[in-house]
Amino acid sequence: MSAAWIVVLAVGAVTVLFKGAGPVFLGRRVLPPRALALVEVLAPAMLAALVVTQAVGGDEAIVLDERLAGVAAAGVALLLRAPLVVVMVSAAATAALLRLL
Amino acid sequence: MDQESRFRDGVVAGLPLALAPLAFGAAFGVLAIDAGMGGLAAVVMSATTFAGSAQFAAASILDSGGGAAAAVVAAVLLNARYVPQSLAVASIFPGSKRRRLVESQLIVDESWALAGRSGRFDYGVLVGVGVLFWLLWVGGTAIGIVVGDLFDPEAIGLDAAFPALFLALLVPYLRTRRALGAALLAAAITLALIPVAPAGIPIVAASLACLLGLRR
Repeated sequence: MSAAWIVVLAVGAVTVLFKGAGPVFLGRRVLPPRALALVEVLAPAMLAALVVTQAVGGDEAIVLDERLAGVAAAGVALLLRAPLVVVMVSAAATAALLRLL
Repeated sequence: MDQESRFRDGVVAGLPLALAPLAFGAAFGVLAIDAGMGGLAAVVMSATTFAGSAQFAAASILDSGGGAAAAVVAAVLLNARYVPQSLAVASIFPGSKRRRLVESQLIVDESWALAGRSGRFDYGVLVGVGVLFWLLWVGGTAIGIVVGDLFDPEAIGLDAAFPALFLALLVPYLRTRRALGAALLAAAITLALIPVAPAGIPIVAASLACLLGLRR
């Protein structure tokens, strides 16, 4: 089997397990209050981590580029209470325009 | 509101982002061909792994001559965040274990984040966004293999749209001190770990660090 197919099958199997872990193994079981509190904090933590990773994350390095300018534009749009689509288009347009220059 | 309309809500919520999975899917297809993976392997990977960063990392490693082991490790680390995400939505999937196993594959950052928008994770939204993205992702990959790049997603700033999306989804949470603290802590940990840890670790570490903060 080629290296590529080993990768595809191995990564696929592990990912199926990762994504299925909660719904398959925990299922409809009601979470205890502490676990519920955990889940409440997880979303803002995960989202913040995603923002940082996607805004300035590079190959094991912090990379400041047009994405950050796009996020700044998004921040302004959010302050102005723009709808979600406008926020994202502001970010994309800012990054794209800067790259044209 | 019934399930069908929630599903439609999900699809509608995902539509503004639709260009992204399509364009990045095509980009992955192109990279996979360059890396010698072959078209079928690329499409199968998109259909089964359905995770952009992990797929790009694995293909890049293969492309640069790294072995299967390195590619697998990188992809697995990057996808580790789906475990806490999966646990968070554990109770919203209906039906048999097999159905839950299949439908939980629709968990990706965007479907998970948009599903959580109302405060409680919404199954219809998750599946709606998930199905839309899956179709576009796999379709995009197929297009990339056959046609080549559609266009450069970075040229139109699509890579900036993602952090913007997650920022927009984060802001409503920041009304409680607890959530604000968690977000700041997670951001700081992520920033600190990116230069020193393999890709994927910073997000998981930052998310899990908030568990420690809950000892009260």
